[in-house]
Amino acid sequence: MITASDPWLLLLVVVPLLAAPVCVLLRSPSGAWSVATAVSWAVFGISIKLLLTVLEHGQAVYRIGGWDAPWGIEYVLDPLGAFVVLIVAGIGAVTMPYAKRSVEKEIRKDRIYLFYTMLLLCLSGLLGITVTGDAFNLFVFLEISSLSTYVLISMGQDRRALTAAFRYLIMGTIGATFYIIGVGLMYQVTGTLNFADLKTIMPAVIETRTILAALAFLTVGISLKLALFPLHMWLPNAYTFAPSVVTAFLAATATKVSVYVLLRIIFTVFGDVDIFASFPLQPVLIAMALAAMFLASLSAIWQENVKRMLAYSSIAQIGYIVLGIALATEAGLSGGIVHMFNHALMKGTAFFAIGAVIYATGAVTLKDLEGIGKRMPVTMAAFVIAGLGLIGVPLTPGFISKWQLVTAALELDMWPLAALILLSSLLAVIYVWRVFEVAYLREPAITADKPADVPLSMLVPIWTLAGAAIYFGANGTFTLDLADTAARHLMGGF
Amino acid sequence: MMVEKVLLRVIAKLLIPLIMLFALYVQFHGDFGPGGGFQAGVIFAVAFILYALIFGIRVARKSIPSSVTRTLLALGVLIYGGTGILTMLLGGEFLDYNVLGSTPLAGQHLGILLVEFGVGMTVAGAMITIFYTFAGHANGDLPFRIGDDR
Repeated sequence: MITASDPWLLLLVVVPLLAAPVCVLLRSPSGAWSVATAVSWAVFGISIKLLLTVLEHGQAVYRIGGWDAPWGIEYVLDPLGAFVVLIVAGIGAVTMPYAKRSVEKEIRKDRIYLFYTMLLLCLSGLLGITVTGDAFNLFVFLEISSLSTYVLISMGQDRRALTAAFRYLIMGTIGATFYIIGVGLMYQVTGTLNFADLKTIMPAVIETRTILAALAFLTVGISLKLALFPLHMWLPNAYTFAPSVVTAFLAATATKVSVYVLLRIIFTVFGDVDIFASFPLQPVLIAMALAAMFLASLSAIWQENVKRMLAYSSIAQIGYIVLGIALATEAGLSGGIVHMFNHALMKGTAFFAIGAVIYATGAVTLKDLEGIGKRMPVTMAAFVIAGLGLIGVPLTPGFISKWQLVTAALELDMWPLAALILLSSLLAVIYVWRVFEVAYLREPAITADKPADVPLSMLVPIWTLAGAAIYFGANGTFTLDLADTAARHLMGGF
Repeated sequence: MMVEKVLLRVIAKLLIPLIMLFALYVQFHGDFGPGGGFQAGVIFAVAFILYALIFGIRVARKSIPSSVTRTLLALGVLIYGGTGILTMLLGGEFLDYNVLGSTPLAGQHLGILLVEFGVGMTVAGAMITIFYTFAGHANGDLPFRIGDDR
């Protein structure tokens, strides 16, 4: 299993991390954008290379400073990590070209270079969380990504962006603090911070109350970060008032990375113990996931602001992912993991499309969107694809993940659960249909019937994601295989 | 500002160079004694903050404009990361200081000095920037603008 140090693993994190201060030094909006774009594409290239390495060798390793694990910090990438890295880097690579025009319109000119600095730091933090094999190092990257996220959200045009960012700051800090308390308790008992090392020591100490407390802190802390119902209260406002680019980037990546951390804790750190036997985690997670699927979807139905509607829909979709994890079978896990990818595609497309509508017309409420399908047919067609995916219509990515989840539930003879998954999709039909109806079946307001222009630099990223959604919806083999490999790896160990 | 407080001004002028000197001591003695980049950076920034408190924020901004503090801030991170990249180019792993010198000991020594220097720069820059941001905000005469050089 021991492989030689793979420098690409380190460069994946360090390149965006060092590009951020370069943006500060450049200070010009276009210079910062160029650096950010070049770096995000380089990172995407590295992520593909790493995925191939991991698929071939099973994992990739890097030892920081030449120190061997568990003493030094070790970067480890397994198939799950490689998959998440691909999601984050891929979304980053399409976000940057899209960002140029949207940011020029939404962010004050003298702050644009700081915007890209923060976006790069956020990218670096999210990638760092995914590649690190060290519990404390993960906390550091968690803070890098969170702090930059707070700043990014606060840059929204609406003044309420500030309170949204502050609220997320409070909730996010509580989440991160809970995580670090959990890590501290584990360290107190085991004397190690390395995930692989923790895994081997855990069976001997699982009965101690300290470890159970650690598990509780970790679960609650991470659930706050991934906005698991009912710890989601920070998310709707944060997504609604953040700049369009930030909303799309975060919706597609940030919560997925938090889900990754949850997976890492449950299936790597506590991988060798029967965690569900010593701790009633499974019923709790299933209940929360179901509550998210239904209550968040219901909330989405009542929203007038489309960004807020999509934010509630995100909470519901996180419910599906967590449900797959809570089933704790290979099929369930792979359903949850593949939904991370599929949801990133669909939500990315949806928020990109809405961002383009905001760019062209400034409209974001359902009332203002009347007849928008006729004025912006190309953009809204992408939204339709994303919307159908959220419902789970066949030939969209959403169908593949829901099919996998239903299959997993049926394997466990959980008929009611399978029925509930399908039932909750009906709620998605309602909230997505509300947008379709307003956009296509109503006449545009008379004052605004000229076609609205969206620059090509925004249309191409929108349709890149929409195209990817169509492709991976029609042909789920690649993503499902990858998710299966990742799930097998998680269940079988590192 | 406090033009009439002679005592404060004289003592501050006496203290500020000493504070800076002590910061440099903490910075470069950090590998043998208590201290290091973070503490040194804070102490160094304190010299400027004291100056700003006594002589006013406008004068302080003239002596060290926010464009300089921002550059310090970014450069420090680059020095830290650059040291890591350098060790990689020299054939080691990221931040493996052994390869920096002729012997591993010399390499470790040089490496930690470089990295801590970067930390000191960034922390000093960050402390002054934070102070300027809040002070400028409360002053009222300077509208709060992050991108400004005033």
